Amino acid sequence: MTVGPQFRRVARFVSPADRGFAAVVYGGSILFALLIIGLFVELVLGSWPSIIAFGPSFIWKSSWDPITSNFGALPMIFGTVMTSLIAIVLAAFIGIMAAVFLADFAPQWLGQPLSFLIELLAAVPSVVYGLWGLFVLAPFMRTTIGPALQHVLGWVPLFSGPIYGVGLLTGGIILALMIVPTVTAISRDVLVAIPRDLREASMALGSTKWETAIRVVLPAARVGVFGACVLALGRALGETIAVTMVIGNRPEISASLFAPSYTLASVIANEFTEATTSIYTSALIELGLILFLVSMAVNALARFMIWSVRGSERV
Amino acid sequence: MAQSASRHRNLARRRIVGGLGVGLALLCAIIGAACLLIILGYVIVQGAGALNRDFLTQLPHPVGVPGGGVGNGILGTFIILGIATAMAIPIGLLTGIYLSLFGRGPIPEALRFLSDVLSGVPSIAIGLFAYAVLVAPFKHFSAFSASFAFMMLMLPLLVRTSEQAIRSVPQTVREGALALGMSNFRATVRIVIPTAMPAIITALLLAIARVIGETAPLLFTAFGSQFWESNPNRPMAVLALQVFTYAISPYPSWQAQAWGGALLLIGAVFVLSLGARLMLRRAMRGLEA
Repeated sequence: MTVGPQFRRVARFVSPADRGFAAVVYGGSILFALLIIGLFVELVLGSWPSIIAFGPSFIWKSSWDPITSNFGALPMIFGTVMTSLIAIVLAAFIGIMAAVFLADFAPQWLGQPLSFLIELLAAVPSVVYGLWGLFVLAPFMRTTIGPALQHVLGWVPLFSGPIYGVGLLTGGIILALMIVPTVTAISRDVLVAIPRDLREASMALGSTKWETAIRVVLPAARVGVFGACVLALGRALGETIAVTMVIGNRPEISASLFAPSYTLASVIANEFTEATTSIYTSALIELGLILFLVSMAVNALARFMIWSVRGSERV
Repeated sequence: MAQSASRHRNLARRRIVGGLGVGLALLCAIIGAACLLIILGYVIVQGAGALNRDFLTQLPHPVGVPGGGVGNGILGTFIILGIATAMAIPIGLLTGIYLSLFGRGPIPEALRFLSDVLSGVPSIAIGLFAYAVLVAPFKHFSAFSASFAFMMLMLPLLVRTSEQAIRSVPQTVREGALALGMSNFRATVRIVIPTAMPAIITALLLAIARVIGETAPLLFTAFGSQFWESNPNRPMAVLALQVFTYAISPYPSWQAQAWGGALLLIGAVFVLSLGARLMLRRAMRGLEA
């Protein structure tokens, strides 16, 4: 954005080599744009038979029956929304608190290694989360966390019913782990960018350091922090492999968080190569299109919010 | 007197609340860090047992036959990543150059928006795209279609970073080259891009780290294979996919191998991430000097 007028003059591409260079650069960019537009077009084309056959009721019908070719996306939308909600509630609390600590309280010898470890959490491959979730977290949910929750909160429908280990809650917890680094890293950057004056003014008025961090700095950074959470939500919505391994893969809507469920992404992962009829394939691609549109909207919102605090710097 | 005493009590209460609050915040930060250490610990302990020379160099054995390895998956990972990188570098770099040189106006802004959109698209949707373009028309799975999906996943990071890296090369450097009579083409290729290179390589390492453990798009592109396969036009075994398949299998011997594969993946990702950090530090030092 900082290209000055004097540069615009010298940047004229006049010699033949320069013109060829400009053409190649244009060509690469056009190819890049075409790839992204092609992605959208192909998803729409692929789901067209399903859109024609089921119409808008695809979104709120709850049957998913390959044998009678009767498809509705509601159970997967429900599973995706529920796991993502559990994830964002857990990750927002832990992530924002961790960011407050790292931005305002951590001495350098503690803050740097903690930040580093939390950021590495983002680098762990999805399939490794899934493996850990399937063999460590799911059994632990079945034998320890689940019964404990049920003992205390069993009268709430959310915590009723048999505990399989795999299910909505396990999927949500795994997702929470995966998105905590996003919330923490961006929130910390936004918090650090809040002017010192604000902190000093608050301390000068007699606030404790904690009151300053929670009542002055955090509210001042709220748009950016909220943006970080929305961005993390976008990641959670589209996450596939780890969730597929711990969600139980059953297209049912159940009140209990312990019940097995399904998400938009995991049904595609499980059934796409086994889809025998073309309408089945098309219905799966339509699920992908829904996922694409939702995560695009969520991401656009998040980026808009984070930019508005960080200025022109892009996430 | 009484008022001051209550004020003192009030302040003490506020201090206690503050202390508890900071403690809670510290606890949350530790939970985050501890989760990494716990997962890492499990992967190392469980995975180390599976690692040996056969595991790295052999083909998978059928169920019930002990031994065997993921050698073909490691080979496949290298091939697919290599092709993806070879395709992503020119497109990403050219788009980055375009955005940094002709960065204003509606078209570059639209391109940036598209790039941001792409970075948020779930990898499984990109897998569907690769399937529609490169698998369905040819009626067979192929490693190349997986490379295509990986390329799409790598591009947003490459485009954004190369744009910023080229933009951050001081204007005076470019003007100096032009003043010496270089054409814009030569100034960009010989002077500006080499200066920006450490940052671009950092981005490339991070992009590879992002896709090396990616599994979802592989399910219906590379698909997997039981054989040594080096033809990108055929289905190919990939390490991440083998970890997934073995993990959800009911056989304990395969599950043990899944942990071994997970250890390899996590090791590769961490080496790449640390390499990228070191590279970035060097780049920063270079700019300061």
